[in-house]
Amino acid sequence: MAHRWKNDLTHADVTPEAAFLNRRHFMAGLAGVGLASIAKPALAEGLEPNSWEEITSYNNFYEFGTGKGDPVEYAHLMKTDPWTVQIDGLVDRPGDYGFEQIMSEMTVEERIYRFRCVEAWSMVIPWNGFELADLLNLAGVQEGTKYVGFETLYRPEEMPGTQYPVLEWPYKEGLRLDEAMHPLTIMATGIYGKPIPNQNGAPLRLVVPWKYGFKSIKSIVRITLTDKEPPTSWNQANGREYGFYSNVNPEVSHPRWSQASERKIGGGLFAKRVPTLMFNGYEDQVADLYEGMDLSKFF
Amino acid sequence: MTLMDQINVTLRKFPAWVLYLAGAAYPMWLLYSGLTGGLGVDPVKVLEHEMGERALQLLILGLAVTPLRQFTGLNLMKFRRSIGVLTFVYVLLHLLVWLVLDVQILSQIWADILKRPYITIGMAGFIILLPLGLTSNNWSVRKLGPKWRSLHKMVYAAAILGAVHYVMVAKGFQIEPLIYLGVTIVLLVLRLPKRRMRVQRA
Repeated sequence: MAHRWKNDLTHADVTPEAAFLNRRHFMAGLAGVGLASIAKPALAEGLEPNSWEEITSYNNFYEFGTGKGDPVEYAHLMKTDPWTVQIDGLVDRPGDYGFEQIMSEMTVEERIYRFRCVEAWSMVIPWNGFELADLLNLAGVQEGTKYVGFETLYRPEEMPGTQYPVLEWPYKEGLRLDEAMHPLTIMATGIYGKPIPNQNGAPLRLVVPWKYGFKSIKSIVRITLTDKEPPTSWNQANGREYGFYSNVNPEVSHPRWSQASERKIGGGLFAKRVPTLMFNGYEDQVADLYEGMDLSKFF
Repeated sequence: MTLMDQINVTLRKFPAWVLYLAGAAYPMWLLYSGLTGGLGVDPVKVLEHEMGERALQLLILGLAVTPLRQFTGLNLMKFRRSIGVLTFVYVLLHLLVWLVLDVQILSQIWADILKRPYITIGMAGFIILLPLGLTSNNWSVRKLGPKWRSLHKMVYAAAILGAVHYVMVAKGFQIEPLIYLGVTIVLLVLRLPKRRMRVQRA
């Protein structure tokens, strides 16, 4: 079901010039949907989206290398057309779903979300995408499904970073079914109204805004519905540091650094750190998913 | 005159201050780039990483001076002090970027130093380098006499700590930090055989 959530972050009044030009271009494309009109003073401060340049040149996509600049340099090698997503496991209609076929069935909306990396930096990103729930319902979620597993494309000849065993390829991620069906959880297909660039996970990627960024798996080729917690790449690589849930939580440190605050990308050399919000600021929407759970144990 | 002799003669013509000048210019250029957008969208991390990695490279270069002379005849002794001093300055700048631009919050800095092993190890390396940096001058060499040499052997420990610090910072399995650690270990192992011979003789 589309439109289950309204943006609480707005394209703010005060905008850096470069970003403003980008945004004007984008707003024109939206043909006056009126997103900029709702001002929320409490949230508006410093929460305007990062620029296109920032969002698309500073990425973690280890299939193209571990440097933040590697994805923008090498991701063009990845062929995204044609693209199919294999949906299997506990679904009524398993099979290969073509990207065009998916897009013809889905309602794309704009979602302006905070994005918090486990490395303690953050951005605000105006995604375009559809609710994951709609895609899962397209395939027909069967009774007994408890988890959803995801896999990124693994094509070594197009992904120079995969020659190093940084992680076990293909990259895998997973969600609990209720997390996957949550209205905040989307499959992003665009940024600023433009098709999502390869380095950001073209042609479609997960976005779970209350979890650390690595949960939001890129360039998805497979979705598996299961009754068991699926293996996830970072958890397999280092379970002590990266839990299955990986909800943004300022009170639970990463073993190597504090998660209590974050550096906002785009503030330059002397930007002040800002406090990290519980569930990345989406506590009201998602806290009930974890009621009764010890979040320092299920981190 | 062999090729190596020629290289050594040419190198000797360069005064050590050339190295200091280049060493000082680099962080200033980085800072300027960071202020003018030349370091990308996250200049703090670039600055922090650059100063750390360059410090490690200088540390390795400093450790390589003696083996290079032994095994290839290349003589960099004249530059060893400037390499060492620049190593210390770069480690200090790396630490300052982390303190002032990255973590910023004093209570968190202390928590990090005490609680996070890779930071504890990095800090230990810095503390070891501190007296070495402060005694890298002729006056200290004279004043300390033979003690100066044993004091400056502490750089071996700092090198291992620095390389381990880098390995521990990496996310996932990454090759580059392991190469630095490997090279550091090789340079230290090259210093072992003499000692072993002495043991045999005894």
